[in-house]
Amino acid sequence: MHLAVCLKQVPDATEVKIDPKTNTLVREGVPAIINPYDLHALEEAVALKEKYGGKVTVITMGPPMAVESLKKAVSYGADEAILLSDRAFAGSDTLATSYILAQAIKKVNEKEQVDIILCGKQAIDGDTAQVGPGIAARLGVPQLTFVMKVDAVDQETGEIQVQRKLEAVREVVRAKLPTLLTVEKSINTIRYASLPNLIRGAGYEVKVWGKGDLDLDETQLGLKGSPTKVSRIFAPPQRPGGEVIEGPPEVAVKNLVDKLITRDIIANC
Amino acid sequence: MTVEVIKGNCIACGACVGTCPAGALTVEDAAEVGADKCTLCGECIKACPVNALRLPGDGVGGGGPEPEKTELGPEAHLDKAKKRPEYLTPKPDRGVAVQGDLVDYKGVWVFIEQMENHIAPVSWELLGEGRKLADKLGVELAGVLLGEGIGGLTEEIFAYGVDKVYLVDNPVLKQYRTQSYSKVLVELVNKYKPEIFLMGATTLGRDLSGTVATELKTGLTADCTVLDINMEKRLLDQTRPAFGGNIMATIWCDNRRPQMATVRPRVMDMPARETGRRGPVIAEQVDLKEEEMATKVVEYIKEKGTAVYLDKAEIIVAGGKGVGSKKNWALIEELAGVLGGTVGASRAAVEAGWVPLAHQVGQTGQTVRPKVYIAVGISGAIQHLVGMQTSDTIVALNNDREAPIFRAATYGMVGEAAKVLPLLIEQFRRRLNCKV
Repeated sequence: MHLAVCLKQVPDATEVKIDPKTNTLVREGVPAIINPYDLHALEEAVALKEKYGGKVTVITMGPPMAVESLKKAVSYGADEAILLSDRAFAGSDTLATSYILAQAIKKVNEKEQVDIILCGKQAIDGDTAQVGPGIAARLGVPQLTFVMKVDAVDQETGEIQVQRKLEAVREVVRAKLPTLLTVEKSINTIRYASLPNLIRGAGYEVKVWGKGDLDLDETQLGLKGSPTKVSRIFAPPQRPGGEVIEGPPEVAVKNLVDKLITRDIIANC
Repeated sequence: MTVEVIKGNCIACGACVGTCPAGALTVEDAAEVGADKCTLCGECIKACPVNALRLPGDGVGGGGPEPEKTELGPEAHLDKAKKRPEYLTPKPDRGVAVQGDLVDYKGVWVFIEQMENHIAPVSWELLGEGRKLADKLGVELAGVLLGEGIGGLTEEIFAYGVDKVYLVDNPVLKQYRTQSYSKVLVELVNKYKPEIFLMGATTLGRDLSGTVATELKTGLTADCTVLDINMEKRLLDQTRPAFGGNIMATIWCDNRRPQMATVRPRVMDMPARETGRRGPVIAEQVDLKEEEMATKVVEYIKEKGTAVYLDKAEIIVAGGKGVGSKKNWALIEELAGVLGGTVGASRAAVEAGWVPLAHQVGQTGQTVRPKVYIAVGISGAIQHLVGMQTSDTIVALNNDREAPIFRAATYGMVGEAAKVLPLLIEQFRRRLNCKV
């Protein structure tokens, strides 16, 4: 079974600080990490490979420095890693990104047929959850989003059964392969990289594909191929800031509760 | 080589600085690009509101880069010369609205989400918002309802202000599936051409909107918090928090239609309900065959344990890192109990293992809009604020006077959670006559 995993490099959100003067994110020295949801997608792919046999190919689109994330992915158990990097890809929105990734998966598929494509349910920087469905739509394969458990893969009938996490229920659903999954964090626990894989990852030579390596329609790439554009950026409206109730705790608490009840904010039935 | 700054255009707004993944940008009188750090990724160019940044060699800011030698090995060029295998040649785009066709697209559509004949409340919230947009544009507001045996729901949809309902009733649509629902919506859009199409950012809406937008080759903006019409350009201003909510970005989709956006539940106001409103129901037939469906729903399983209905809670008592320990966390639960409220949490509290993920409020958790939100020991990182800042009243309790939560709060109190919580519980117990 051939599993393809799409990864995204994101700034480590826990390390991002806000500059109080400019009110912008300070990204200086903020380490880039693999989007946490995507790591769970990779872990699931490796687990499926161990269970059913096969191979895991990871793909990311990003700047040249993203090779580091891909080497890390190899240390987690991926067999092959491909970086899609080209100036022409810069500034792509989710529509253009899903196009480029889909074309890359087609190329991977030509060499070795892909059975399952895995993505994280969303990236923690953009939070759009659009690229996974976008890839599935472009490849014309079924999509199973927000997957919290893979029940089974039946290689003979070419079917997969998963559980999807919806608001109040779990949906148990079956799909024909090839299919695309986007996964929840709760799908698995990420294991430590094994020593042989760590060594392999450190020395792994990542394949880099630019626009010339893929069959691409130039009008669908980068800024040109992106229907959404940012028209304006502004600081979020600041709330004026409320009333801070002063005094020793006992007094302040009493005053606070007074206000909440007398102003009917908390109803005293 | 670096991204170039067009000094005359730059207004030193700083919008680009936060977008640079390499930290290559600084702004004083104008933006400056650190030559050793810039990777030419182009993120800043997208962010620049005044087209003051461009890739080297580009004629104008934001334009496409000129073809140039890539830094790849020789095989890249060999590959280019190779003939394209026929089956990989891009198919002609269908459903792409190009410049000239834009005027053909009229009207505002809202996808009415139903599961087992229950309509998701976010659909009503979107109808309230859609009504305002349609009135500004002087066009119709329509609801789009898909399912099986759902004709009885249209009355309720009219009560929330639509002018028209598009209805597709088909046994294949009984349970939501991406393939069938997206097929129907794409056909309807291509036939009736709405200029704006809104969906709720529920799991269903997030699953469906990305597919529909991709099939239609149009733009989609997720999780908008403000929607408005730019009358001059007749465009939908789609505003959402960007880069962790630190800045707001207004997105346009100016040369494709429809303009698609999703909005999370509880972000928009619930509109007034007006019984007795009526209008036309357009029942559409769409050719769907069960045997062509690539997925099959086996069953729905109710989640075990008590469900957490944060989105429906009127009072939320939320705790963060400042609560201090699992033992103190019991005080959060006790206070919530006294007030008849629901327990919420920041990411830090969830990660500390004090409370399950289902209670998390914020960008990666849920968006809530209770009457009262009591934040205890939550500093108010922007990722948390975006999930609760539209609450009617916010009460903040934190030991750091400078914590950002106080800027969002209606009432604040500085103090240690472990010390103040018991006092609060006692005061409320004494003052509230009703036993919840």
